[in-house]
Amino acid sequence: MVLKTPIYMDHAATTPCDPRVVEAMLPYFTESFGNPGSRNHSFGWAGEEAVKKARKQVADLIGADPKEIIFTSGSTESNNLAIKGAGAMYARKPVGETGRGHVIVAVHEHKAVLDPCKWLMKQGFDVTFLEPAIDGIVTEEMVKSAIREDTILVTVMWANNELGTINEVPEIGALCKARNIVFHTDATQWVGKMPVDVNADNIDLLSLSGHKIYGPKGVGVLYVRRRRPRIRLVALQDGGGQERGFRSGTLNVTGIVGLGKACELYAQEADAERERLLAMRNRIEEQITARLSNVQVNGHPTRRLAHLTNISFGFVEGESLMMATSEIAMSSGSACTSASLEPSYVLKGIGVGDDMAHSSLRLSLGRWTTDEQVDFTIDKICEAVDKLRKLSPLWDMYNEGIDLTKIEWAAH
Amino acid sequence: MAYGGKVIDHYENPRNVGNFGTTEEVKKSTDIGVGLVGAPECGDVMQLQIKVNAETGVIEDAKFKCFGCGSAIASSSLATEWMKGQTLDDAEAIKNTQIVEELSLPPVKIHCSVLAEDAIHAAIEDYKTKNGIKVEQRKAASL
Repeated sequence: MVLKTPIYMDHAATTPCDPRVVEAMLPYFTESFGNPGSRNHSFGWAGEEAVKKARKQVADLIGADPKEIIFTSGSTESNNLAIKGAGAMYARKPVGETGRGHVIVAVHEHKAVLDPCKWLMKQGFDVTFLEPAIDGIVTEEMVKSAIREDTILVTVMWANNELGTINEVPEIGALCKARNIVFHTDATQWVGKMPVDVNADNIDLLSLSGHKIYGPKGVGVLYVRRRRPRIRLVALQDGGGQERGFRSGTLNVTGIVGLGKACELYAQEADAERERLLAMRNRIEEQITARLSNVQVNGHPTRRLAHLTNISFGFVEGESLMMATSEIAMSSGSACTSASLEPSYVLKGIGVGDDMAHSSLRLSLGRWTTDEQVDFTIDKICEAVDKLRKLSPLWDMYNEGIDLTKIEWAAH
Repeated sequence: MAYGGKVIDHYENPRNVGNFGTTEEVKKSTDIGVGLVGAPECGDVMQLQIKVNAETGVIEDAKFKCFGCGSAIASSSLATEWMKGQTLDDAEAIKNTQIVEELSLPPVKIHCSVLAEDAIHAAIEDYKTKNGIKVEQRKAASL
């Protein structure tokens, strides 16, 4: 069979909708289109019923009570609501003053977490940006030593989107719980891949997104703890008071139904899927490191999500590597496509050198990735790196034994 | 990034890839000028080497190596094509804007053409310095 290209190896960016998810959604576009807020007719009741079912499906996946599930438009909104909403609610001092409270976050978080934290800084909060070691893990110790008397919020993603590295979330959660500090985790990359129990894992606020778990785009969840302790937030969006007042706006019923279905499917299939993807991921890393020299797998060697790998290739540049592997859809740590010339802030944040950060690829596998696709990808990447190294003046210098760090480069 | 056909062509079939010897060898050869510009941490390093006929002042051969994005590779490949057979003076007059036009580079990739122009000048300057020819100060490349 001829392999169909392009091959999708970017499931950490987004996933295709599972056909079973689409099937579950369809009736809610045309037949059961009612607004769940319409309390006095059967159209509204059908919508309400569908949302109720989905709320339970999501809650069951993460060990929550359905009342603790707040539907949003996705993880970016969930993160904004969690961080800005908790900041405003738990501030020590009123608007306009400084020293309103201390927030802890890490430098290699997603922008949808970093930017709300920076917004809090402008609002008079202090923010500590933790700098993880080269393994990329945010540890309990790091958070512990950053906590202050006035710390009101800790936000640490569960798994990093570029590296797949897994932070010490349950331990950090326990730390926060003991000190009555609100703990938020952006679990966008984690949910749908690994098990969650918001109680055992000590989580107060958790963000997740539908489109990362074979559900539709434009729908996500913020889990908001209701008991022990009851977490309060200042809403960002006011109006009809939907979602217990945390998030006004007519519910995205089709999206919510799809997200619910995606969660249900995960519960049935996750373990087998994880094993399968881990074997493929390991094969990619083993083959590439065996066939090419000067290659490094970024992040912690084992404490990582099964379906994701981030590999840097010395002496080649990321964007040209992407061009040479254009049959494969994946992400590059190089920002040469933007005007900034800055490589991945995540890789830089954990101390990967600029040279290696510029030449990194992130591959993330998914539900329909095949062995043939994996083998094709390995071959293509190895061929491309060989080709580009033959073009690279740095590769020549390296092979002549010239120390590249000793050259006075004309930075531009 | 969507590139024009000429960038893709140069990227897929780069012209004049190579060196005229090891770093040490080319450093010693007085008929060769080397321009090495850019920096690894910026994601672009270009190396142009020119072989010059001392009597005619004509660039008889040119080679390049490039660590960089598709446009950087295409810009340096194109530079070698244009320089071959030209006098040093003519080659020196190549402008980054001509490269931008020829390759239809998008605005975010203009720096690649600037780098290629810098590499051309650096190679010529190196040749002249080696051969005791006065090097004129030139304006910085314009964006």
